[in-house]
Amino acid sequence: MADAKAIKKRPGQMSLLDATQYRLPPAGWVSILHRVSGLIIIILLPFVIWMFDTSVTDEVSFDEFRGAFVAGIGFVPAFVVKLAALALIWAFLQHFCAGVRHLYMDFTHTVDKEFGRVSALVAIGIAAVLTLVFAYKLFIGY
Amino acid sequence: MSDNYGSKRVVVGAHYGLRDWLVQRATAVLMALFTIVLVIECLMPGEMSYEKWGAIFSHQWMKVLTFITIASIIWHAWVGVRDVLMDYVKPLAARIVLQVAAIAWLVGCAGWALQVLWRI
Repeated sequence: MADAKAIKKRPGQMSLLDATQYRLPPAGWVSILHRVSGLIIIILLPFVIWMFDTSVTDEVSFDEFRGAFVAGIGFVPAFVVKLAALALIWAFLQHFCAGVRHLYMDFTHTVDKEFGRVSALVAIGIAAVLTLVFAYKLFIGY
Repeated sequence: MSDNYGSKRVVVGAHYGLRDWLVQRATAVLMALFTIVLVIECLMPGEMSYEKWGAIFSHQWMKVLTFITIASIIWHAWVGVRDVLMDYVKPLAARIVLQVAAIAWLVGCAGWALQVLWRI
């Protein structure tokens, strides 16, 4: 009777805590990072448009845009502006690389396991390396 | 199929997600194209300055491409946000509130971006 009850008991909806117990394969990491990076971009959209606005309107606003990365803007210090830019840069690169991988798989019907694993590592790797290059440019070489 | 309406309407099955799936890929290609064009423009010879940066967006074709990209971003983002909300937010009320908030956020951002684009 107890056994029958144990078999009948269904796991139900997975909780976030359960989800963290799984060891994800590289393709799984790309999948979840695609969602995370997409959300970061959406949340930072006003920052993107503010940068577009100030950089492109006229010379005065262009200098204001540059100054935001040197002396900060309003009550926001420069390193916060740089951190936001870096978060955006990583999210964009990760989303772009994973997106190209996605499109490549769709167009060429590449669905084998090994390609999924290697291309996932390549996508995460390229995004990480380019992010480091931009981080160097932003924080040290600017 | 002829009586596929009213309370008996079939709301799941093949093709219901095809348009969203296709839209997400098509908009991705358009945004990638914009990215490549912008990177090439930025790598053209000459120190980055207001003149160079402003000139990139002063061409009418670049304005049109940027407009297409802004439209692509909000459509692509909407499909993605909807997928994420359908996966993680189960209570209907919370999901609808978040979906409406996402649409408002995206449409608001698009309006602001278009205003900036068209006064260059």
